[in-house]
Amino acid sequence: MNSRDITVTVNGKTVAGTVEPRMSLLDFLRGRSGLTGTHTGCEHGICGACSVLPDAVPVRSCLILAVQADNHSITTVEGLCNEDGTPGDLQEAFRDAHGMQCGYCTPGMLISAHALLENNESPSLDDIKEAIGGNLCRCTGYVQIIEAIQLAANRKLQARRS
Amino acid sequence: MTDPASNLRYVTRKRRVKEDKRFVSGTGNYVQDVVLPDTKHAAVLQSPHPNARIASIDKRQAEALAGVHAVLTGAELAEHIDPIRLGLKRPEVKWYPLAVGTARYVGEWVAVVVADDPYIAEDALELIDVDYEPLEPIMDPEEAFEEKSRLVHPGHGSNVLYHGHFTWGEVEDDFAAADESLSFRARWGRSLTVPIETFGALAAWDEGTEILNVWASIQMPNFVELLASTLRYPLNNIRLYQDVDVGGSYGVKRGIKHCVLVGYLCRKLRVPVRLIEDRLVNMSGGDAHGPDRIFDTTVAFNRDGIIKSLKIRALDDAGAYPGRGPHQLAKPISAIVGPYKISSVDYEAISVTTDKTGQVPVRGFGQAPTNFMIETAVDKVARHLGMDRLEIRRRNMINHDEFPYQIPSGTKYDSGDYHAVLDKVLDLTRYDELVKQRDAARQNGKLAGIGIATCLEPSGGNNIFEYLMEPGAEITTYMEGCEVRVDAHGQVTGIMATTTSGQGHETLFATILGEELEFDPDDIRIVHADSLCGLPTRSPVASRMAIMLGSSAAGAAQKIKDRAMKIAAHNLNRPIEDLEYSEGSVFVRGDPSRKLTWQEISFIAHRAYHKLPAGLDPGFHAENVFQVSGGGKLPDEKNRVQIYPCFSFQAHIPYVEIDPDTCKVEVLDYAIGHDCGTVINPDIVRGMIIGGIAHGIGAALYEKFAYAPDGQFLSSTFVDYLMPSVYEMPEVKDVEHCTPSPLTSHGQKGSGEGGYLGAPAAVASAVNDALEPLGLSIHELPMRIDNIHDLLVGKSRT
Repeated sequence: MNSRDITVTVNGKTVAGTVEPRMSLLDFLRGRSGLTGTHTGCEHGICGACSVLPDAVPVRSCLILAVQADNHSITTVEGLCNEDGTPGDLQEAFRDAHGMQCGYCTPGMLISAHALLENNESPSLDDIKEAIGGNLCRCTGYVQIIEAIQLAANRKLQARRS
Repeated sequence: MTDPASNLRYVTRKRRVKEDKRFVSGTGNYVQDVVLPDTKHAAVLQSPHPNARIASIDKRQAEALAGVHAVLTGAELAEHIDPIRLGLKRPEVKWYPLAVGTARYVGEWVAVVVADDPYIAEDALELIDVDYEPLEPIMDPEEAFEEKSRLVHPGHGSNVLYHGHFTWGEVEDDFAAADESLSFRARWGRSLTVPIETFGALAAWDEGTEILNVWASIQMPNFVELLASTLRYPLNNIRLYQDVDVGGSYGVKRGIKHCVLVGYLCRKLRVPVRLIEDRLVNMSGGDAHGPDRIFDTTVAFNRDGIIKSLKIRALDDAGAYPGRGPHQLAKPISAIVGPYKISSVDYEAISVTTDKTGQVPVRGFGQAPTNFMIETAVDKVARHLGMDRLEIRRRNMINHDEFPYQIPSGTKYDSGDYHAVLDKVLDLTRYDELVKQRDAARQNGKLAGIGIATCLEPSGGNNIFEYLMEPGAEITTYMEGCEVRVDAHGQVTGIMATTTSGQGHETLFATILGEELEFDPDDIRIVHADSLCGLPTRSPVASRMAIMLGSSAAGAAQKIKDRAMKIAAHNLNRPIEDLEYSEGSVFVRGDPSRKLTWQEISFIAHRAYHKLPAGLDPGFHAENVFQVSGGGKLPDEKNRVQIYPCFSFQAHIPYVEIDPDTCKVEVLDYAIGHDCGTVINPDIVRGMIIGGIAHGIGAALYEKFAYAPDGQFLSSTFVDYLMPSVYEMPEVKDVEHCTPSPLTSHGQKGSGEGGYLGAPAAVASAVNDALEPLGLSIHELPMRIDNIHDLLVGKSRT
């Protein structure tokens, strides 16, 4: 098949590779960048476990081809960590609220929540529901995830005010 | 009630969950993340027919495709392995990873391709030419029960996998003496708890050590035994890596056929082989659908609402390959009367095979359908008598001073205070206000209803229900082992023997060790032994780990402390009775200056043999294998036996409204009162409860694996199989009550299943309350929009 050379910036680092046009961005990220935090859930765009952030709006990396991400920058869940690899503020809020169980949907949830909080400093409950409405979780029933996002938003707001 | 928290440092306290750090960082270690050099990828070809003879398979074109390493059919595979053993001994129901001779459902695996990558493997599937001779399938379980000629497994001679009949107590006398009786049918739909991670497995044969190394997203008792016997290996030729994080399971991650397949292929091809289900394979061909059950129940009761007896007939559709599915008819015998003082039960249980994908154990192991049926019976009696649904429950529930309480089938409930929990949740939900809200909504033209359901959660597990179904299955051991090691520097490591799929076992284990050893659990490391190194385990099923791993850990910690005391007694030259243990140090009572620190004790244990008391081996470690309480006995001559040790309790109160135009049921409010004895970690328990409720709302309103009458599978994507998103989940208010279990280390009971066991009954109760003003009722789950619509339209026509 006609392979293409592509270069994608993942969490600030350059990842280059030769890929078939049909390869999904999800498989490229997992297979070529060494970052496996982005999870394969349904591969038909429903569950949101593979969500990544090209710019302001999360996308499902199972529905994007790797070649479409050529010369673009992508943030994955690993990119939400501090530079030393420790969990960032949003991730710490998820720990404090236990906003997960098995952890499989968590990267997608974090990407959606991160995108929300980047653009909305005091999200309402409806805002939060809209942000994670496309992320399915089978463990938690969502309640502690919502609480985690509220906690992160409150902390961020307080930090800004102080 | 005693306050168990009064003298506890870590148990019951809100503390962060150990596992969460790696999960938020994207560094969990799921099976898909395990990379071995030169791994090849498997993809499976699935049958398009619900029942067809496989006349021939031409795989030459597929084998010729560049990048393909093997194409394997069932006929070849069956020459080298045994059929996968079923829960019940049914030798003519032969379950292989790939169909042999006949495909028995749409989605059954017919061939497998191994290739350099999954894309090539899937390309090759399209090049396999299978010549099928379609046969007429059998899809309806009642038809399957009666059918004599169209048999899913002709060699078995019938479509009936199991037909048992039990009578506990004086059923006929109780019916004769009761004022009235009523009968109804309740149907539990075919669904599953569907984890977001599909099943996956990676296997690599190491010729040098002659070990088959396996990484899998598995949660299953006796998995390695089953894999070894199927592949005809000695048990210790297989090593399962149990440090794999499992991306959700809820009982269902039991991909034995997947593991048999990659286990066979990796040795044949001398390369690591992995098989990761895609969602289509997961939903249609994983042999992992939940119970699909029809209850025909008759209940005898008096006019004062006292329920005397139940006659239950349960017919369950286990699909083509039943696995351990049929046993899900027997485990609910552990709580066959729910929390009620019902004095006798007649129980007829039937499992049939049909041309659908096979059955798998699901959260609660059959208890959720049974509880839905019991609560439906209570609500129907209340409606029939014009009695309040709370009042009828209060009249029938076991009282706090009646524990331990033995039910007719022989199980003793360990402890409980059902009335107190019910009162608490009514307070929480401000029940009188809720009734006003419902009535106001009805005034405004809405259909509105309040659900009421109570629920027992049998927890801790034992397998003795298998004996009830098949005498001879004399399995009475149901244990959990763990090891605690203290290194020469005094650091504590706990070693557990099984996988985890979101239950927070590492946190549980560390919390108990921290409590007993008086160390901060954050400083205790927990690791998962592989199956060759770990102690005996029965895996994290049956809401058992808080009870079993928790009690096992407490026992191991005590052995560590005993060892520390012996070393200290010898070196302080005082009898043990004169010594006290505090936060690792051991000192002379009344003279704290004379002491040995934890570091000194650890050093002596590992390095200073001259300071060890005579007869004490070097090192600082302890093993403990905890056997479940109350187990260990076979049933008596009347089929009475203790099934499971501990019994948690919940009372669920949801509020729903149904839009009469769209027929959509919305769960607007949900309150639960919950008693699982001592809570080890409040955040984990709360998450389990609410997550279980989400599963229950899904089973009640949305989730269904549907088959067309012609056998085609209609629910292979998340567009067809609907699950609750955040929009379908109400705010959930919860209140805890604590009746400690007398049978566990800290009074804890199980909490992993209760939300799911009670929520479907509660939501059904709410929907039926909403329908009551119209004189309608519905007792078939899921109650989807089209089902409600048919009911309402049917009503308007009559």
